[in-house]
Amino acid sequence: MRRILRILALLIAISSLSLWLGTGANRGWTKTSVPVKTLDDVTGIEGITYRKQFVPGVDFLATAFSGAILLACGSLFFRNSKTKQTINK
Amino acid sequence: MKLAQMITLVSLATAAHAAPQSFDFKDPKGVNNVVFKLDAPLESVNGSASDISGTILFDPEKPAATSGQIIVASKSMTVANPMQKEHLHSANWLDVARFPAITFETKSLTNIRTDGNVTTADAKGIFSLHGVSKEITVPVRMTYLKDKLSARVPNLKGDLLVIRASFTINRDDYNIQKGQYEDKVSSIIELNLSIAGASVVSN
Repeated sequence: MRRILRILALLIAISSLSLWLGTGANRGWTKTSVPVKTLDDVTGIEGITYRKQFVPGVDFLATAFSGAILLACGSLFFRNSKTKQTINK
Repeated sequence: MKLAQMITLVSLATAAHAAPQSFDFKDPKGVNNVVFKLDAPLESVNGSASDISGTILFDPEKPAATSGQIIVASKSMTVANPMQKEHLHSANWLDVARFPAITFETKSLTNIRTDGNVTTADAKGIFSLHGVSKEITVPVRMTYLKDKLSARVPNLKGDLLVIRASFTINRDDYNIQKGQYEDKVSSIIELNLSIAGASVVSN
């Protein structure tokens, strides 16, 4: 259980960091839509529409890392199964 | 035809030609927008509003006589973060339920310069936001595009008027969380307006 929790914590930290880096390392808040600009040829005005897209921000990263740290800390409450077996012998 | 009748007809024709055109800013293509930016030390908030309407009376021969009103629906103000958008619309900030419109009504134009179809001027008018109205001066750039409406909206003949304006307001002046959260939400709001209005010519 100890190892499982630690692997899970590591997986959460790595995957959240990868997702954050892979989507452009947004240093602002998490976005659920992104502005898309379209040029109107006649007037020269750049129209703005919003496309639904998840862009994780630093709040996402902080939440994911907090979860990973909690799992890693929680793993300390479980005994190492190998050590337990050795004692029994 | 008698001379008096001819004079009357010519006068009427001249008057009709000299009358300012009415431009409707409810854009069927939906590109009209206002971009807002608040750059605070800890946080930057960027967004836009697209539900714009209003009417401007503009005479290319007499741009000084330009008058009218532009209305932005408060509810159309959008930011990319859903929680920020919720806060922006809430009673603590813009209170869009109580104050559904942000308006600017022109009173007069000064420092008018016309170069070809482009007129720049300082538009003095009443800016209303969050239930507070204040007189402000906004530098505007108006581009008159004669007979260009059909290029934008097929089957419609007429002219276009493109208005661009960049100016700043202070949210404290409009009682929006006056003096609060200045480290995260800037008091100075930068506004960039890009809108096009149409004047339809009936056949």
